[in-house]
Amino acid sequence: MIHFPDYAPLGDDQKKQLSLSLGSLSPEQLAWVSGFIAGSGNANQLVSADAGSTASVSSASQSITVLYGTESGNSEALASQLVSQAKQKGYRPQLLNMADATLASLGESERLLVVVSTWGDGEPPESSEAFYNELMEGELALGGVEFSVCALGDTSYDLFCQTGKDIDARLEKLGAKRVVDRVDCDLEFDEAFAGWSHSVWTEFGAGAAVAAPSALQQSQQLVFDKKNPFPAEVIENQLLSSSRSAKETYHIELSLEGSGFDYQPGDVLGVIPRNSDDVVTAFLKASGLDGSTEVEHHVIGKMPLVNALTTELDITGLSRKVAASWQQICGSEELAELLAPESKEKFKEWSFGRQIIDLLEFYPAKTLKPQQLVDILRKLPVRLYSIASSFKAHPGEVHMTVAAVRYNTHDKTRKGVASTFLADDAPKGSKVSVYTHHNKNFRLPDSNDTPIIMVGPGTGIAPFRAFIEERSAAQAKGNSWLFFGDQHYNEDFLYQLEWQEHMKNGALSRIDVAFSRDQPEKVYVQHKLAEHGKDIWQWLQNGAHFYVCGDATYMAKDVNQTLIDIIAAQGEMSQEEAEAYVAALKKDKRYQRDVY
Amino acid sequence: MSKEIKLSANEPLKINSDYLRGTLAEEIADASTGSIAADSQQLSKFHGMYLQDDRDVRKERRQKKLEKAFSFLIRVRLPAGVASPQQWLGMDRIADEYANGTLKITTRQTWQLHGVIKNNLKSSIQAMDKVLLDCIAACGDVNRNVICNANPHLSDVHSEAVELSRKISEHLLPQSRAYHEIFLDEEKVISSEEQIEPLYGKTYLPRKFKINVAVPPGNDTDIYAQCLSFIAIVEAGKIVGYNVTVGGGMGMTHGKENTFPRTADLIGFVTPDKAVDVAEKVMLVQRDFGDRTDRKQSRLKYTVERMTADGFRDKLEEYLGYQLEPARDFTFEYNGDRFGWVQDDKGSHHLTLFVPGGRVCDTPSSPMKSGIAAVAKIHKGEFRMTANQNLVIANISDEQRPENDGQPKPRYCKYQ
Repeated sequence: MIHFPDYAPLGDDQKKQLSLSLGSLSPEQLAWVSGFIAGSGNANQLVSADAGSTASVSSASQSITVLYGTESGNSEALASQLVSQAKQKGYRPQLLNMADATLASLGESERLLVVVSTWGDGEPPESSEAFYNELMEGELALGGVEFSVCALGDTSYDLFCQTGKDIDARLEKLGAKRVVDRVDCDLEFDEAFAGWSHSVWTEFGAGAAVAAPSALQQSQQLVFDKKNPFPAEVIENQLLSSSRSAKETYHIELSLEGSGFDYQPGDVLGVIPRNSDDVVTAFLKASGLDGSTEVEHHVIGKMPLVNALTTELDITGLSRKVAASWQQICGSEELAELLAPESKEKFKEWSFGRQIIDLLEFYPAKTLKPQQLVDILRKLPVRLYSIASSFKAHPGEVHMTVAAVRYNTHDKTRKGVASTFLADDAPKGSKVSVYTHHNKNFRLPDSNDTPIIMVGPGTGIAPFRAFIEERSAAQAKGNSWLFFGDQHYNEDFLYQLEWQEHMKNGALSRIDVAFSRDQPEKVYVQHKLAEHGKDIWQWLQNGAHFYVCGDATYMAKDVNQTLIDIIAAQGEMSQEEAEAYVAALKKDKRYQRDVY
Repeated sequence: MSKEIKLSANEPLKINSDYLRGTLAEEIADASTGSIAADSQQLSKFHGMYLQDDRDVRKERRQKKLEKAFSFLIRVRLPAGVASPQQWLGMDRIADEYANGTLKITTRQTWQLHGVIKNNLKSSIQAMDKVLLDCIAACGDVNRNVICNANPHLSDVHSEAVELSRKISEHLLPQSRAYHEIFLDEEKVISSEEQIEPLYGKTYLPRKFKINVAVPPGNDTDIYAQCLSFIAIVEAGKIVGYNVTVGGGMGMTHGKENTFPRTADLIGFVTPDKAVDVAEKVMLVQRDFGDRTDRKQSRLKYTVERMTADGFRDKLEEYLGYQLEPARDFTFEYNGDRFGWVQDDKGSHHLTLFVPGGRVCDTPSSPMKSGIAAVAKIHKGEFRMTANQNLVIANISDEQRPENDGQPKPRYCKYQ
């Protein structure tokens, strides 16, 4: 027998009938039914129209639009969580990707929740760009719409969460009412998101009260995921660069046996790195602290300082935020000046190529408690690598292509945390904590017959190794054309023997390369694209999908412009028409990028 | 009973190559590999290049998913080893931009580039073309670079000898346009002409063919070790004609007893107007009588050995339609280079520099390549490479000779 609470929007008869029929169900059946109804997304289709007295809340006021703009899939995942929460609260949420959204769709619901990430230099996610521009420039009265924004970003970038900030301000300008202040989340977003969504639901209140039975939340099987990464054994760690190369690029294979992980070509591997011992030692020395002191961190709990600095905390990434916190501790006037709003450029200049340890050394604190230091450091961010293998071709394995980042700056040798962790501290037989992360925005075409053009210089080659392996395993008939580039042909031609094999077996139809330092003039992949503009156009006319992976700052921009130029020249279009053509390619998911 | 004769593998390859084209153009365009197929490697030699790979790094590369570290050696065709300062500067730059930074002077008086990757072959050859240089027939079963004594003493005689070298080189140059189409992007013209290679035909020569010109008393070009040599006979400061030697060659294959070194035979004398004709007909006798079944037996020296020197001369005279005159007297006094300054009979100065191993390159202790490039920028005469792999900065005027104008000595003077 089920007892409905008094506030349930049900008449006595209804309570009785429901109680009877639901009471005959087993717990599993009950869970299924409740899930089915909650998940159907449109209660009107389940409930007959003449049951006029069913809902005490009108259907319009139950509506919530959850709008997301995603690059790596984080925003999408959070948006999906919001949708589930909304359903539990009795709302009828609509999940809307900015890639598919129009400005008009914002006015359809009374409530609007936005989750959006920021990329590179304050830019919206690739797939959201068109919508973002429409929103910023278009006009629409949003009076009567309540909204809140959850912005994702990375504090190590100057224009942290800029896209979220822009959208937040714009919605207000268009007349919408902000019910909860925007939250700006750093790489570790779970906690901030939880706090924000709690406030949102408190503010919105419950919709039609259909509290989801707790049975739904049970039967959660133990799985490896971001929260609980899988310790994967390193089964290969091979330097690919020749001994004469200036580069240091590794091919790393991990075993996923027992993880339950599965992935598609285009997906991403999250790697939990650790700071190297020499970096931690230097950091401790600069801080003057004893590494064995026990500290407590609100996310990680209690542990000795040295452990926290090694495995848990970001001790290198020098952001304004951490500098400001450090200023509070050290009290340096000079640092305060550097952090003043008017000297933003100066700080940018000073911090370029520097790390947190430089703060500690330049502006030492008179007294410093271990806990103070721990409190100003953010969690060591996970590093995402484009997966370089096809699960079909290598069952139970995942491969990565990793360029070790090492450089000299300000008379010091510096190194990238995750890349040198993988290069130096992840030998064959050791374990690396990882999780797989789906990237729906970087996918092979549905049909194996569709031609593909892949532009992946440097480590941007990784997902295309996965693509070609996948197509090889499927004996795909579609043509494929790879553009690769690096410094020197003989030293840096990543996976050269494999490409030759794929050319022979037909999985790869064509390859063009641009090695920038083999000749006096610098030759890059975009030059090779331009050289073959006529064929590129022909391939696009034949329905080819166009993929780009790698450097976002220069390469992806230059390739994008070259693509527009090719289309303008070959298709006899104006620049604007060519841009529209490219925008249409994006919209049709025929132009996809994985750039960083 | 007839004995079946099996031609060496290169013979059908030449016949089927459409006059040295084969699939070279397509293979050079293939970006997936730095190599070319075995057949194409043979053809590429006719265009002056050899495929090589860096043996020092062979072992590591397969593990790194890399093919062998392939690159090409390119040999320039430079009759008599004489180059203008502009040509020197052109090659100096090409060595830096497309090769390994070294200009190697070879025993055939020319530059050799090393470490040119396939993707840079066309750029290198196009850059050479801009300074009027090519590498046609610098390797392969054809007449190779014609070399000539770098005699710095007698300017008129040297000029005549150089002129003959150039004439022979031009006359015996393959006529196929393959090189121009493959490397210089020349449009292929469909020719109805029967005789694309009037001298060579489709099968070219059985093996490489080397000609030199010597001016006694210097034998720096080593006439006894060449297929065909012309020894200048000088009377009253003019070349009156050339003694002809055939059938020299020092090479032998270890363990093959039918291979041996052989010194050339002196077979007669010709006047200068007939020298090119003699060069052609010697080559044609070798074309028709050289061994095409065994590449270890196919050099001219084995042909002469088989026919005997007299037999060879008889056949040659049959081809010529006239007889060679009796050989004249001559004496060789030296075959090395004499380093330092020399003033010739016309008053011009020549500086012969020692080039260790023929390698013109920059090292921290000796920036020779930069030094010579600096000279080339001001030099108004010419450069001559010697068969001993040294370098003559030739035809320096009185005004330009460094000691004479009170200027500090340029760097290269230390090689005096």
